Amino acid sequence: MEQKAAAPAIARKTLIGQRIKKPDAPDKASGKTRYINDMALPQMLHGKVLFAGRPHARIVRLDTSAAEKLPGVHAVLTGKDAVGLNFGFVRDNVPLKSIVRCEHDEIAAVAAESEDIARQALKLIEVEYEDLPGIFAPEDGARADAPLLRDNFPGNKSLHFAFKHGDVAAAEAASDFIVDSVFRPHHVTHCCMGTSCAIADFDDNGKLTIWTQSQYPYNYKMDLAPALGIQPGDIRVIQPPVGGAFGSKLDVYPYEPIAALLAKKTGRPVKVMYSREEEFKASPTRQPAVIHMRTGCKRDGALTFRSADVLLDNGAYTSWGPTIPVIMMRTTSGHYRVPVVDFKAQAIYTNNPYAGSFRGYGNVQTTWATAQQMDMLADMVDLDPLEFHIKNAQKSGEYTPQKSFLRECALAECLEAAGKASDYSRKRKEYAALRETPGRYKKGIGLASSIHNAGGAKIHKSDGIGTILKVDDYARVTVISGASEIGQGIDAVITLIVAEELGVPLEHVTLVNNDSDIAPWDVGVHASRTTFIAGNGTRRAAQKAKAQILQSAEKFLGEAAETLELRGGHVVRDACGTPLIKLDRLLRQMHFQDEPELVMVTDYYEPKSEPEGASHISDHSAAYSHAVHVAEITVDTLTGEIEVDRITVAQDVGRVINRMGLEGQIEGGIAIGLGYALSENMQLERGLLKNPSFRDYKLITAPEMPPLDMHFIESDCAEGPYGAKGISELPTIVIAPAIANALYNATGVRLFDPPLAPEKVARAIADLRQSRP
Amino acid sequence: MSVEIEIRFTLNGRPVSARIGPTMKTLTLLREQFGLSGTKYACGEGECGACTIRVDGKTQNSCLMFAADCDGREIVTIEGLKTPAGMNPVQKAFVEHGAVQCGFCMPGMIMQADYLLGNNPQLTRQEAQRGLEGNLCRCTGYTKVLDAVESVARQKCCGQC
Repeated sequence: MEQKAAAPAIARKTLIGQRIKKPDAPDKASGKTRYINDMALPQMLHGKVLFAGRPHARIVRLDTSAAEKLPGVHAVLTGKDAVGLNFGFVRDNVPLKSIVRCEHDEIAAVAAESEDIARQALKLIEVEYEDLPGIFAPEDGARADAPLLRDNFPGNKSLHFAFKHGDVAAAEAASDFIVDSVFRPHHVTHCCMGTSCAIADFDDNGKLTIWTQSQYPYNYKMDLAPALGIQPGDIRVIQPPVGGAFGSKLDVYPYEPIAALLAKKTGRPVKVMYSREEEFKASPTRQPAVIHMRTGCKRDGALTFRSADVLLDNGAYTSWGPTIPVIMMRTTSGHYRVPVVDFKAQAIYTNNPYAGSFRGYGNVQTTWATAQQMDMLADMVDLDPLEFHIKNAQKSGEYTPQKSFLRECALAECLEAAGKASDYSRKRKEYAALRETPGRYKKGIGLASSIHNAGGAKIHKSDGIGTILKVDDYARVTVISGASEIGQGIDAVITLIVAEELGVPLEHVTLVNNDSDIAPWDVGVHASRTTFIAGNGTRRAAQKAKAQILQSAEKFLGEAAETLELRGGHVVRDACGTPLIKLDRLLRQMHFQDEPELVMVTDYYEPKSEPEGASHISDHSAAYSHAVHVAEITVDTLTGEIEVDRITVAQDVGRVINRMGLEGQIEGGIAIGLGYALSENMQLERGLLKNPSFRDYKLITAPEMPPLDMHFIESDCAEGPYGAKGISELPTIVIAPAIANALYNATGVRLFDPPLAPEKVARAIADLRQSRP
Repeated sequence: MSVEIEIRFTLNGRPVSARIGPTMKTLTLLREQFGLSGTKYACGEGECGACTIRVDGKTQNSCLMFAADCDGREIVTIEGLKTPAGMNPVQKAFVEHGAVQCGFCMPGMIMQADYLLGNNPQLTRQEAQRGLEGNLCRCTGYTKVLDAVESVARQKCCGQC
């Protein structure tokens, strides 16, 4: 062996927990990345959609003849072209409508040689409507005398869910304190910086290729097929880089089948891309709800029961939004040790825009309620909320009433870490004492926590992922993974894990994950699952490749495979790090021998979790996690403005994999949660959106982002890759009620309806002051 | 019948010309006639900063600027920040500090950060926050963006810390 004498030893070092750059960051920072919005294909036509612009109406007359005659127009489609192409969760949607059920209903679509021509063509379409009375609140739709919006959904009910555990009446009777409140989480929307876009093209065998922002490419085929009347197998899904998703691309929305129907009709590729105004009006929202929640406890602070009666505003169609009770009930039953639970939810059709999934998926709304009621109960019992939370915190090895198994539970550690780092208990007392003293500016501190699935969620029959991994003759590794990248950083995590297992430089790993004809099955980017699921899949595939390589090394080197390791691009002796052969050289020897072999492995990883099931009693995730936020705020009692001064975060992350990515996910998740808490609000008046622009719909900006003090609690999850848990939704879930609790600490005002906008806060403070003797 | 105007200007250091309609916006001109797709459309009304470019040394929202106004100007886009030696220090800092997630807003964010740092090499974090107020990002919560900007400001102040 050429290197055996003098080569220096290669020390063992781990990448787990290091700060790894996103592999796609350089191209994104230099403007080189071609997003779907930037793409154009030869012969491509531009599609535009005519929206109804009214919430509920019959179409009396629809004349597209002038639009069809406009030079440059290649196709005009209407509801007549989409009859029977029903799609969606309960098949209540069609790509183009014959009856108007909400403002953004798609009435007609045009394909033309330019966007300008398509836009002109839309103006030439004549439509006469007969407006119908609408339903704009779920309470109104649930009334016995409410008009029926759909013949086949009695009582305007689309979906309903229930879970019961124990005797609520008895638990209520045994409670010393009960809080009873109604929370009204509002309409907000994802605001992806890259607007919705799809490009569709049929080949002459009738197979569709769709370039899409989808974050769930495989089930997407199944969901898209009925909207086109084709087979899922005849759809190829390509996922170019996207400008954000956050759950908004976890379903099929009408513009996608519209692009495909226009492509079919014209025989040319068609691109549909929304303007920002269209994006605001036609995108899914976070699910609004009316949550009537009751929580009880004993005099000593021990929780006795929690009940929630939830009415969801389904909107006009049923997407993922009304399915959020699946997670809402897990939080209702599993946020702290709740011995008795009664949860029920129903979704009511209205003529409002409809909700999809959005980072936090029902838990943002539920934690807004549970975390405020925890704070209120602590006050009634006269315990420091931190102490009250710790007293009721679950511990490792406990089950929730729905049989979520909290194998590694670090809730108490998170509470202690956040409480200590923020000096919560002292500040809370101090600020409460200053509440009634004179002075315009009041400081407040608030604590909130939540629980979320952190090892996927088996809401489909499978929650698994396929991985293909090859190592070529130059020791370059290609990972072909089902895991989608939507900006969250699975590219960095997969690269890191491969480099960790195979001892190759990070730059020598390539990820292919954007083509459903190439990459194997995955459920999609949702449920905080990708680092956990794809991380495990990647690690298992890399370990298989490593075993094959070391077996061959044993043959070539005459040293036992168990004593060898891959490090620094070499095969080394594990014990001393002495390099024995360069990896690429070994790979070529393997390839060019008498019995040649290539390193190409496959893996299918299915997490050990149970399907959700109709009873909702199942361990539906392979792991669960908690996070605690402490928000410190200053309230201007005159204007009602809330400034967030500092946020302390303690989160059970299982194990840090890519520290930089983890921090980024928490920071970004909190920014979305802050917008939800403070400023974001879709102002709907009788189903019409009044603020479809960034001027009037306020996202958090750089000056509003407070400093964060982050504490990662590493509970070392037995099922997670290297011990890691999923992390990305909890930051969005927990922050809003922490701010609401801080507002109470600062002013005595308790608000149940987000956002905590200045005018609302100022009015509540004024009302409270007036009501005092 | 629409009138076409001929304009001449400097684009990323090179003299160029274009024939344009009078209502065309600079964003459209850059993306559609010059293929410079790094400059992004995200709102079309000057609220989000994703289309930020440099015009005669100052940053502007290219979605609001008529293309006709490019005539005689010096325009720099995100593609023009890179030199033959590689990315400029601001671009590098954004990559190193993890400021890029989906990255869609980043060209505009980097153009604005580069402009701020060019004007004030010792930019503080607070000044950077104010200066980037017009650039929306939905992914990052701005923290790592500000870390990146601060790191460049530190390099420029003494190169030691």
